[in-house]
Amino acid sequence: MSETAKLTYGGAINAALARSLDQMPETLLFGEDVALPGGVFGVTRGLRKAYGERVFDTPISETAMLGAAVGAAIMGRRPIVEIMWADFMLVAFDQIVNQAANVRYVSEGRLSAPMTIRTQQGNAPGACAQHSQNLEALLLHVPGIRVAMPVQAQDAYDLTLSAVACDDPVVVIENRTLYAGAKAEVQIGGQIAPIGGHRLRRAGDDITVVTWGAITSSVEAAVDATGVSADVIEAVWLNPFDTEAVLASVRRTGRLLVVHEANLTGGFGAEVVARVTESGVPLKTPPKRVGAKDSRIPAAVQLAREVLPQTDEIAAALKAMTR
Amino acid sequence: MSQELADLHAMWRIRVLEETILRLRLDGDVVGSVHLENGQEAIAVGACRRLRKQDAVFSTYRGHGWALARGVPPEKILAELLYRRTGVNGGRGGSAHFSAPEYGFYGENSIVGAGAPIAVGAALAAKFDGSGRVALTVFGDGAMNQGGVTEAMNLAAAMDLPVVFVCENNKYSELTPINDMVRNPDLSARAHALGIPAVRIDGNDPAEVAAAVGLAVTTAEHGRGPTFIEAATRRITGHYIGDAQTYRPAGELEADEKNEPLVRLGQKLGEAQAQKAEQRARDEIAAATERALAAPLTDPSTAREHLYV
Repeated sequence: MSETAKLTYGGAINAALARSLDQMPETLLFGEDVALPGGVFGVTRGLRKAYGERVFDTPISETAMLGAAVGAAIMGRRPIVEIMWADFMLVAFDQIVNQAANVRYVSEGRLSAPMTIRTQQGNAPGACAQHSQNLEALLLHVPGIRVAMPVQAQDAYDLTLSAVACDDPVVVIENRTLYAGAKAEVQIGGQIAPIGGHRLRRAGDDITVVTWGAITSSVEAAVDATGVSADVIEAVWLNPFDTEAVLASVRRTGRLLVVHEANLTGGFGAEVVARVTESGVPLKTPPKRVGAKDSRIPAAVQLAREVLPQTDEIAAALKAMTR
Repeated sequence: MSQELADLHAMWRIRVLEETILRLRLDGDVVGSVHLENGQEAIAVGACRRLRKQDAVFSTYRGHGWALARGVPPEKILAELLYRRTGVNGGRGGSAHFSAPEYGFYGENSIVGAGAPIAVGAALAAKFDGSGRVALTVFGDGAMNQGGVTEAMNLAAAMDLPVVFVCENNKYSELTPINDMVRNPDLSARAHALGIPAVRIDGNDPAEVAAAVGLAVTTAEHGRGPTFIEAATRRITGHYIGDAQTYRPAGELEADEKNEPLVRLGQKLGEAQAQKAEQRARDEIAAATERALAAPLTDPSTAREHLYV
């Protein structure tokens, strides 16, 4: 039964995890500091108390955590693992890319790994180079791994549930700058949607902007400030990516701008541009990407601002492309 | 049949399977990287006879014999290596990465040491699913220098999970002597350091392996957590087919061949019994090979199936 609650982004994830643990007895929730401390960002607070041993703390051993998730999932559990920062998943990438992603395919469907990896990424003031990276493209290069990136509280709730219910490995990439933001009305308790789809954040006729992650709010601000008539498509699911929705929009607007916080080179924006241009949809102006300027991320706020995409840069691109 | 004769026969099945795979590889029927376990058969045989149906084995790419000892029919293993539709994974796994969960064989792994954390996960599941499962993960001495193995051992120890860690110490981590890669050649000391009961055994004696694994399984199923078994053995073949083995000192292979498990147990049981065990294995594997070769190749149009649910 569906009802409404006022929840922060972090609270919405907590509610989705609680519902998963409540309704899917095969779920397990574990990671560094997630149980008794309730998570370094407080997202899993109260879950250990409510669900007991199925929620537990692990050593600081990402390889063991993710490998244990693969093994438990193969055996029919539905593990939900928190990787505290996306940067940390790199120390255990083998268990994601070589192991989890291969389970179903290599076994010819005899085995599966229904596991959810929750992590969070992106820059925030003062975060160092190893706590700032936007790494979704690394995962999107790997068939076998689904990837979701919620920004709004409702999506945080819905996508988390869809990820847990999915019978394949899913990485849900959250953003820590959003956890403790303003509360929003969140529909809870409704039917769990299958994975996939997009959100249309602004509707317009002159340009299609495809974006994902926390920078979506900068895109919205830039569109509002410039008054450009833009379709803003937030790709809350990056795998599967809703290519058809993007093509349908570009077919109408004739212009494509892709905005992401990740580095430009090898970023998923390049893939979006390639899919649109390869489709043969006529474009009135060359497509453009706005992203991080292929750089390491400095700790200093004034330096980070130089390399990460800002609202005024997005606004300038919108104006230049629709002039 | 006595237990010793059963062990000898089981070891001959693996040896003949591996010899057959070698021949298929040299003839070009099997292609690519293939790792044989000649000389190490006693570990798979001794261990698997103490495992129950609900137990789960996670091996390395040197895993054909472990699959066979777990009960996977040789025809299905050979068909897998020959990329036939009748292979355990229709050829998607191949020599180094196949699995057959219906036989409690949860797969080889081509990343050194990567199976250990996954086995810990299978044991973690057992804590909640009432299966009584014990997870056994086998890896080589070289894998002891992979961080993930230590992480896995520590997690299993911290949570008292039902895992049996079996280290097949064949003296070489791929092509390099393990003793040049460690300061303390007693690999079991690492398990001790993590609070895990550990034993060093003769891995060329299936009875000794069975005794150690049996005790480990009992320990695990009674909630007393993991055990580490370092089984000393010798690989009497290359790390992979084609390995020139220039790293071996002169005379080593000849000495190892005198002490390998089939020779040892064969001498103990006598020539007549040994020959009978060998012949039975040869007949079985020859028939399986014929059937595997006759099976159709997996249809190329299925190549992108099973990427997602």
